This record gives sequence, C-alpha cells and structure tokens, in this order.
Amino acid sequence: MTLEERATLVGFPSEVPTAAEQRTLVGFMAEFEEHEQLLQAARNAFTAGYRRMDGFSPFPIEELAEALGHDYSPVPLITLLGGIAGGLGGYFMEWYSMARLYPINVGGRPHNSWPNFIPVVFELTVLIASLSAFTAMLVLNRLPHLHHPVFNVPQFQRASIDRFFLYIEAADPKFEQKGTWKFLEGLQPLSVAEVWDE
Amino acid sequence: METIQGSEPQMLVQGQPYPVTPLGYPAEMIGAQETYERVSDQITDEPLHHPHQKLWLAGFTVAFLMLIMFGVAVGYLLWRGVGIWGIKIPVAWGFAIVNFVWWIGIGHAGTFISAILLLLLQKWRTTINRFTEAMTLFAVMCAGIFPLLHLGRPWIFYFLLPYPDTMALWPQFRSPLVWDIFAVSTYFTVSLLFWYMGVVPDLATVRDKARTKWKRILYGLGSLGWRGSARHWQHHQSAYLLLGGLATPLVLSVHSVVSFDFSVAQLPGWHSTIFPPYFVAGAIYSGFAMVLNLMIPIRRIYGLQNLITTRTLNNMACVTLATCWMVAYGYIMEAFMAWYSGDVFEQAMMRDRAFGPYGWVFWLLMTVNVIIPQLLWSRWVRTHDIALFFVALSANIGMWLERFVIVVQSLHHDFVPSSWAMYYPTVWDWATLFGSIGLFLTLQFLFIRYIPMISISESRELIAQRKEGRL
Repeated sequence: MTLEERATLVGFPSEVPTAAEQRTLVGFMAEFEEHEQLLQAARNAFTAGYRRMDGFSPFPIEELAEALGHDYSPVPLITLLGGIAGGLGGYFMEWYSMARLYPINVGGRPHNSWPNFIPVVFELTVLIASLSAFTAMLVLNRLPHLHHPVFNVPQFQRASIDRFFLYIEAADPKFEQKGTWKFLEGLQPLSVAEVWDE
Repeated sequence: METIQGSEPQMLVQGQPYPVTPLGYPAEMIGAQETYERVSDQITDEPLHHPHQKLWLAGFTVAFLMLIMFGVAVGYLLWRGVGIWGIKIPVAWGFAIVNFVWWIGIGHAGTFISAILLLLLQKWRTTINRFTEAMTLFAVMCAGIFPLLHLGRPWIFYFLLPYPDTMALWPQFRSPLVWDIFAVSTYFTVSLLFWYMGVVPDLATVRDKARTKWKRILYGLGSLGWRGSARHWQHHQSAYLLLGGLATPLVLSVHSVVSFDFSVAQLPGWHSTIFPPYFVAGAIYSGFAMVLNLMIPIRRIYGLQNLITTRTLNNMACVTLATCWMVAYGYIMEAFMAWYSGDVFEQAMMRDRAFGPYGWVFWLLMTVNVIIPQLLWSRWVRTHDIALFFVALSANIGMWLERFVIVVQSLHHDFVPSSWAMYYPTVWDWATLFGSIGLFLTLQFLFIRYIPMISISESRELIAQRKEGRL
C-alpha cells in the first residue's frame, strides 16, 4: 500500500499531535524476513543520515549494533572495575579481620598470611565482576521495562520468533512522515508500520 | 563409508543412514528442516501446551514423594541431631560429605558446557547448554544443603559468613572449609546469573507465543520486557561472554577448593597434591554422565532428536570417556605414589583400600567407573541412546562410590590402630541421599515444564549460520 492510498483509508496522523489526541507517533517500523536484509537496511538508513534508530531481531546479530552506529558496549569496563573492587575488597576484609581485628597465631604463620587468602580473593573477584556484568547489562538496557510502544505494533509479536525489524524514531532530526515512510518502503520490507505511544 | 582412517561401516541411526564427518563422527548439528519458526514452536510447546502431561505427572509424583522423604529425614535430623546418622569418631564425615562432593561434582557439567565450550566455539553445546545449566543449579542446591545439615546446628549457619557479630568474631580465612563457603556460594550465584541471562530472551518468545492472559503476564515479568533490540543484544552478548570467561576459571576452582578440604588435612588417602586436578576431572566426568542420564529420556519423550542430535550424544560420550581416563590416571597415581613415597601409612592405607573391609566398594568402583565406561570406545554405544544411558548411569554410581571410598575408607583407617573403626550408614543416611535425588528431580521436572529447556535464540543462531553456510 502506498502512502497516498493509506492516507485515503485511515487519514494521516497530523504532523503535530493536538492535545486532544491521546496518542503520539513515535516512529516507523519496517519488517524483514532475513537478518541480512535487516543488516543491509540498517546500513542504508545510517548512510541516509538517520541516527535515532534501533533494530530488533530474535537472535543476536553481531554487526547490527555497529551498522546502526551504536557505540561499543561499556559492559567489559564495568566488569573489570567490579572485579578489581571485589578482589581488593576481599583482600582488605581478610587482612583486616585476620591481622587487625582478631589476630590469631596459627602454627606460627604471619598474621598477613597472603597465600591462604588467595582462594577467597579469587572467588570475590569473580563474584563481584559477575554481579557487575549482570547489573550493567540490565541498567544499560533499561530493563526491566515491561512496556514499550513497539509492542503496540501487531507484527512485532514475531520479533521474538522469526522476523527482523528496523525502527526509526520520530525524534530523529531527519524524520519526516512522508519521506521516512517512503525510505522504509524503498528497502523492500515485508511491511511498514506506524508505532504509536498510547 | 570412506573416512580419513579408511573404510568404515555406514552409520545408522534408527535404521536410517546418518551423515558423518571425515573423521567418522556423526555430523548433524541441528535437523536439516529446522526454521526459526519451527524451533520456536517446538521448544515453547512444552511450557505453553504441556504435551505428555501424564508421563510428566507420573515422573513428578515419584520425584515429589522422594522429596517428601527428604523433608521427613531432614525434619527428624533437626529434631534429634546428627546422631541419627551413622557418623562417629573416627568417621565423622559420613554420607553428608560424600553426597556434598558428589552433587557439587555433578554441578560442574553445566558451567563446563556453557562457559568453557562457549569460549572454545563448540557449537554442538548450543542445544544442551540451557538444560545443563539448570541441572547445575539444582545439583549445587542439593550439594549446599549437606554441609549445612552436617553442621549439627544448621540454624546458625550464618556463623560461617563474615558479618559484624557482637563478639567481633570472624571466620578463619586460612581454613579450606571457609574457602568452600565462598567457592560454592560464588559458583551458585554466577551460574544463576549466567543461566537467567540466557533465559531472558527465550522467556520473551514464550510471552509472545502465549495466548492466555496470565501466561503473558508471568512470562512477560520473567522476560523483564525484553524487546530483542540491537542495543539489548549488544550489552547482553558482551555480558554473556564475560560471564562465560569468568565462569571458566570458576569451574576449575570450585572442585579444587572442595579437594582442599581433604588434601590440606594430614590423613593418608587425603593428603595428596593430585587431588585438585583429579577432583575437577571427576566432577566433569560425573556431570556429563548426569546430563546424559537426564537428557536421553527427555530427548526421547519430547522428540527432540532434531535439536539434540546424535552428534551431541557422541561428543558428550567422547568427553565422558576422556575424563574417565583422567580419573583412572588419578587412581593409578594414588596407588603409585603410595608405593613410591615409601610412606608406611600411605601404603597401609592403600592396602586397606583394596583389600580391607571396604575392599569390595573399591573393586566395585573400579568396575563401574573405569571398566564399564570403556564401552564408549565403540561408536555404536556412543550413538545409541539406551546403551549410552546405562553407561552414564554406571559412571554416576561409580563417582558416588569414589567419594565414599575417599571420605569413609580414608577416615576409618588412619595412623593409630586403636582408633580404627567401621562406619555403617543408617536408614536416615539413605533417606537423605535418595531424598536429595528427589529434590533434584522435582526441580528438574518443574524446569522442563515451565521454562524453555533448550535455548531458542541460540538455536536460531545455528540456523542462521547454516543459511550463511558457516555451520
């Protein structure tokens, strides 16, 4: 369906939603059948100058985040810092409790008997690093986030099954209803849909 | 059938010819007809529509009755104390520690499969990793209960943790028993995070496939609102790989720390430097055997042969055989070192181990743990699920016997003849052992009923890789 046919059927959403309208247009979404098509579409959209966009896929696609122009993930750095904090904190806890708070002489060993402290330091390094990685993943992804406008699109149910979506936000500076819709249709998707925030 | 080694008989699976690699191993990673939609349908079918409800219910009932037995055994233990068990001096570590080491060993397969094989890019692990991770969690839960029960006063178990108590006491951080607390609790936490992180995208699939309101709400909550956006996947994959990397040394460390519980002590039969690697190999051995024992019936009942292929079975069997030999090497070295060390106590311990009152356990252990698994040299056994099931069962029993020999036989025969004594398990010991199996199976049944037991998103990745010709 072309834009004009659609306009006669359902009427265009007004360029600027009035206060009376309870819902706002937040973007357009194109549906693809294969992950290579989505990847290509993302590259085209980036070349066309779109920046505020996202891709949705039922499994991770390695190059997609880069194609959409997303930065590197800071998760590894956060994990490293967490690991260092866990290790140092663990050693401090052991040293402070064994050598300062409650020193006991065990078979003449020094109070700061570091070889005996290594296992717990190692475990706490791994523990805090893992908790940091997991927390970083949740926070950076803004999860849990149970509702999102993309779920209003009926086709989107298959985003977790076998379809691939390219989503361009209305907040993108280059976004304009007619042009972006045409652009998405030009990528030969299975369908293009409006995304409404209700 | 021409392979690199020469001519081999054609491989048949259920009477049908099966594709093999140039080395003569089964080749199929995932069924040839699979599409994204088909795997999603097949794997979400169990949590959403519960096929084979009667079989499931029958199995669950048996497991639940065993769990009730566990409850009774533990309840009586809390009421009367550890005296209801067969433990006494010198064998103060009876079944509780045997079971602890056995369970924690079983819990090693999950992280080995999901973390180490992930880093080694072994794609055949894809369809079994979710299942084995869950098995790991349940096995570690069972394991964690035993040392607590063995404390005698389990309700003050928190004395073991470093916390600011009013008497300003601290755990003794130089003790392997304290290392154990940290090792096991870290292992459980990291395994749980790893498992849950993998489950989140699949719960989103179940949410989107669910047709009733409550299922949508519950699976929706579980999936945290996962949308599968490129940014989500980017952070998710990064964190997942890092957890894999972090879990890799963890797998090797947990059973090493458990082995320190023994090897740091002076007792003949325990005080040995081979313990850490020998324990780790044994742990992976028993873990793989337990995965095979659980996976083979499930694969048959739910018809998952297209996802958990014969190739997976074969590879699992190969790892089992390899770790079986590492364990066998440990047995040989223990005997050799007893002789070579010239230590009279070590030699007396070894003689008692093989020919003393527990000698029959030792020879039974050698039979089921070393001799029977040699059947895995045969490709027919490795690819025939029923034969493989029984070999794995033998290894599982063998690994329990191994821990029995290490714990009980070493303790009952220490340095001074006046302190030698026998250990006899009581009915409560057995009830706790089988009860813990009930706990394990109950959790396992609930897992396969309510959570997708194969990673759907990773199966789709396999299909995408096949489409690109990268598989």
